[in-house]
Amino acid sequence: MNVMAKARQLTAQELSAGYDRRTILEDVSLEVPAGKITAIVGGNACGKSTLLRTLARILQPKGGSVLLDGKAVHQMPSRAVAQVMGLLPQSPIAPEGITVSDLVGRGRHPHQGLFSRWSAADDRAVEAALEATGTRAFAERELDTLSGGQRQRVWIAMALAQETDVLLLDEPTTFLDVAHQIEVLDLLVDMNLARGTTVVMVLHDLNLAVRYADHLVALADGRIHSEGAPEAVLTEDMVRAVFGLECRIQRDPISGGPSMVPIGRHKSQLA
Amino acid sequence: MSAAEVHMALAGRRQREGRRVVLALGGLVALVFCLVFLTLSCGRGCLAPADLMAALLGHEDAPGFIVNDLRLPRAALSLVTGLCFGLGGVAFQVMLRNPLASPDIIGISASAGAAAVFAIVILSFDGWVVSAVAVVSGLVVVVMIWALSSRRGAAGARLILIGIGVSAMLDSVTAYVLLEAPAWDRAEAMRWLTGSVNGAQMGQVWPVLGALVVFGGLLAAVSRDLDILRLGDDAAQALGVRADGTRLRVTVAAVGLVAFATSAAGPISFVAFLSGPIAARVMGPSRGLLPAAGLIGAVLVLAGDYVGQFMLPYRLPVGVVTGAVGAPFLLYLIVRTNRNGGTI
Repeated sequence: MNVMAKARQLTAQELSAGYDRRTILEDVSLEVPAGKITAIVGGNACGKSTLLRTLARILQPKGGSVLLDGKAVHQMPSRAVAQVMGLLPQSPIAPEGITVSDLVGRGRHPHQGLFSRWSAADDRAVEAALEATGTRAFAERELDTLSGGQRQRVWIAMALAQETDVLLLDEPTTFLDVAHQIEVLDLLVDMNLARGTTVVMVLHDLNLAVRYADHLVALADGRIHSEGAPEAVLTEDMVRAVFGLECRIQRDPISGGPSMVPIGRHKSQLA
Repeated sequence: MSAAEVHMALAGRRQREGRRVVLALGGLVALVFCLVFLTLSCGRGCLAPADLMAALLGHEDAPGFIVNDLRLPRAALSLVTGLCFGLGGVAFQVMLRNPLASPDIIGISASAGAAAVFAIVILSFDGWVVSAVAVVSGLVVVVMIWALSSRRGAAGARLILIGIGVSAMLDSVTAYVLLEAPAWDRAEAMRWLTGSVNGAQMGQVWPVLGALVVFGGLLAAVSRDLDILRLGDDAAQALGVRADGTRLRVTVAAVGLVAFATSAAGPISFVAFLSGPIAARVMGPSRGLLPAAGLIGAVLVLAGDYVGQFMLPYRLPVGVVTGAVGAPFLLYLIVRTNRNGGTI
């Protein structure tokens, strides 16, 4: 990746959001560290995706605002936002029969005008995205013929081809087996290190979030329970409050950081 | 593959695809041209090309009445309505990500037809006013279907089933108005029930041509955003496409095209529905789906009308022929869609 990302200030100020009359997110203020990887964790229906979709300008906030470099994103033109901030939604739809390179090329849309033709810059961005995600070998194949992990890498390649400074991902590892989860997360770290892209992702695997994030945000009932360095945020109290789960925190022998071991009613040696 | 090889492969593929699009569209244009030529020159007997040219140029001794007053308006009306139905149909199918969501299945053609027949028979309107009434009625029905299915943009079975219900209701309105008509005439009735270009006049062609330019232009302007919308609303918005705004513009364009065509030639059965899927098979996943669907629509109407006039034991209006082709294809699509949930 030759194009370096600019450091962007993405902040949420007293943000409230939801669907129809239901408010899911309440009074969330958040400063996303520029050039770092932020992971948002929390129980089902705690507002993780709502927060991400509001940050990405897809959902209109009920109160508060989202600022990108000091400007309210919901007042900016969609195209201008899309040139700076990308989002990989939870379940994007692939048009039937589309090839990998064609799909990745769709990521160039915000950089193309109504009448402008495909440019050399578009070519470079697509090729770099294929390279970075290791999907170059199947650039010519139809998406339907790939495995789940490969397909997810292609979607990430599409988001990379958009060449945004900020990339938001909604559960990029769902439906993937554990090997592919690690593969995708490693890829995001590669990209973050190589380009300095600011990454914000919703993850439901707490241990992977702790291992891969520089900054961890724990949401409970639409509010931020705690945020900060993963070592500081991951505590037995936090897991109890956010997930309603008893656990032990131990050292992850691989990363050296903390890791959570859940306690259930069965299969426990504790007295 | 190395980076250079990938570069070559991608560039080569784009070139091949560009050629393929040009070739396919060029082929379709040629086919449309041949069918127009056939309609102009052949009836019970065929004119020599020289006689046809002479007639078109207004030479005295040429069969000017047959060519210029009977066949030319017929070919022109078939061409423009076919283009309109094809474009309007595929726009809806792509926007709602479902081949069953074409305007003639979900009641938009039916509403335009019912409104047009009401305006002509009961209110004695004619010309542009009829088309305007048809467009407004089409938009009202779209809003009604969306409100009833209550999930905007959702291509669920719910929207389609509601559309089919609305369609049946409006068809009965058309039938009722025709029964009430003072001068009840079977040919006129067939036009409003299945679609027909019988007795076409150039006066009917111009409003449809105007609609083709205006609404077709609007559709062309949003076609790239429409293509991105196929990735889903969230992905499209993340790529800078305003999902609701795009849908609104596509809807207005498609309803305009279908309503103007319907108010001139009736709801020619299944042309809007058939054109998109056939175009998708001709073009593959490459670009150019919209123009291809428009051209396929023109091919269907021109060919259907010719078959209906001269190749069957009885003269049949074009809508009967396209309907006979369309119904089995509808069954095939339903079976196939249930099997793999395929989109267009």
